[in-house]
Amino acid sequence: MKSFIRKLIAVLAMFSVLGLNTVPLVAFAQDKPAAGAKADDKAPAKDEKKEEAKPAPTPNKGDTAWMLTSTALVLAMSVPALALFYGGLVRSKNMLSMLMQVFVTFSLVVVLWCIYGYSLAFTEGNAYFGGFDRLFLGGTFDAMKGDFAMAATFSKNTPLYELVFVAFQATFAAITCCLILGAVAERIKFSAVLIFMVLWFTFSYAPVAHMVWFWMGPDAYTDPKVVDAMNAKAGLIWQWGALDFAGGTVVHINSGVAGLVGAYLVGKRIGYGKEAMTPHSLTMTMLGASLLWFGWFGFNAGSALEANGSAALAFMNTFLATACAVLSWMFGEWLFKGKPSMLGAASGCVAGLVAITPAAGNVGIPGAFVIGTAAGLVCLWGVNQLKRWLHVDDALDVFGIHAVGGALGALLTGIFNAQSLGGPGLVTDWVTGKVGSNPIWDQFLIQAQGVGMTIVWTGVVAFIAFKIADLIVGLRPAEEVEREGLDIGEHGETAYHM
Amino acid sequence: MKLVTAIIKPFKLDEVREALSAVGVTGITVTEVKGFGRQKGHTELYRGAEYVVDFLPKVKIEAAIKSEILEQVIEAIEKAANTGKIGDGKVFVFDLEQAIRIRTGETGAEAL
Repeated sequence: MKSFIRKLIAVLAMFSVLGLNTVPLVAFAQDKPAAGAKADDKAPAKDEKKEEAKPAPTPNKGDTAWMLTSTALVLAMSVPALALFYGGLVRSKNMLSMLMQVFVTFSLVVVLWCIYGYSLAFTEGNAYFGGFDRLFLGGTFDAMKGDFAMAATFSKNTPLYELVFVAFQATFAAITCCLILGAVAERIKFSAVLIFMVLWFTFSYAPVAHMVWFWMGPDAYTDPKVVDAMNAKAGLIWQWGALDFAGGTVVHINSGVAGLVGAYLVGKRIGYGKEAMTPHSLTMTMLGASLLWFGWFGFNAGSALEANGSAALAFMNTFLATACAVLSWMFGEWLFKGKPSMLGAASGCVAGLVAITPAAGNVGIPGAFVIGTAAGLVCLWGVNQLKRWLHVDDALDVFGIHAVGGALGALLTGIFNAQSLGGPGLVTDWVTGKVGSNPIWDQFLIQAQGVGMTIVWTGVVAFIAFKIADLIVGLRPAEEVEREGLDIGEHGETAYHM
Repeated sequence: MKLVTAIIKPFKLDEVREALSAVGVTGITVTEVKGFGRQKGHTELYRGAEYVVDFLPKVKIEAAIKSEILEQVIEAIEKAANTGKIGDGKVFVFDLEQAIRIRTGETGAEAL
């Protein structure tokens, strides 16, 4: 009990330090509204008159319904899908620890998201961090007036309830943190997981999401004169022009590299390479992979933020690329390893989903064929040859699938976005909404820049965060706890009674 | 009385049970077991990692029988469990000192 209190104090102290460190950022934030938020009650009287003449657009009910549905779909990707996918891959003595780590990390991040994470990621600040305008989601709903704040979509005059956007993005933040757990599975202390997650979420997820996704929204681009000013307010990587539809950089490279750093710092599992560490239930892994596929429609098609053509394209690409990757991984494995395995097919499914994520609404059908097929083969290489080169016990291949697949998808997005290759192109002028294509090589280099920045950022933050967790509580449980299984040692339960 | 213990391939269990009933065996006990013999193990591949599985799943059958039907019982098991391939299993025969039916207290051959 005493040690628990000591730990609790340490965690609380960390929160306060974290708060102090980020205080200077408030200066940047001041009182500016969130992304594309419509003029709220602070707007001067003049504007109110204008609005009377031309009433502010209200959210489309179809969009709202689709985004609420998508949010629930993405929730299902973490719990239960990812938990089952990872759970099936560990030994039965660590099953509950895997389920618990995913379940609790998800919940923890959703709470942090509503306290300060959303604000840090999606309000105006500097090019790296947002501000504190939306602490505790303040300003999203005015209870006295019954007014809901609006968030921007990708179309002019098409707002979305900001609370819907907050919820949708919360599920992204949470699953990204959960993904890291696979790399350090079967050998990390539960308390270390929690401390790491608070730090990494705050200093890597939130800023990377801000850098890649924060912008002022289409309605802010009212006149050619304001374009530069509005661009300057967006996140760094967004300013560069990198395309990331649903999180190749923010979600997959971010978590994949953090996982690799974690696998090095936490060290190899006892008996790694000597004892058999076979998955205890590939049935659950298959269930998890399939549910991930199902939920990913919300993840990718929902990232269109509207129920429109872009969502349709993202939906179809998520379907097609994933199926291609299942086949290419399976045939690759059959060819090089002798047998087509269920784990191979399930891994191909996840690899395809990861790779199509940044591309979903940014490429056409030809892009989906190529990206999906390439993802299966490249990630198969990632968990074999590359893993051997790295000499690391990335237990569930978070790096080999998420970082490698995410980077592949992000880079190929730069190529297949071009209209000449069947892609939808990109908006070249947000004032008029004109669509065009960047030269393929230019866009490819921009994508590479975004990938590189994310790798460095998350790598450094993950290293520091794991080191801090190590200092406070230590990363590894006692040897006998690890040998007996984290289920009994850390949680006092067993998954199976047989 | 004899105690016959047979280790067989799991998918042969039903055939062996039927063959034993046909020669007058009135009860058997079945256990799922793991082990290795001449068949040795096999390798399993999970993504990049290859593991040698030393112990293969088998089924162990135990039957307490009257000495008179021993030859028929052995023959029945041999025939039913045979695939001709390595790993078909083995039959062990023990002398059985005593048997007691718990409900009635009968002993010896009466209790089988």
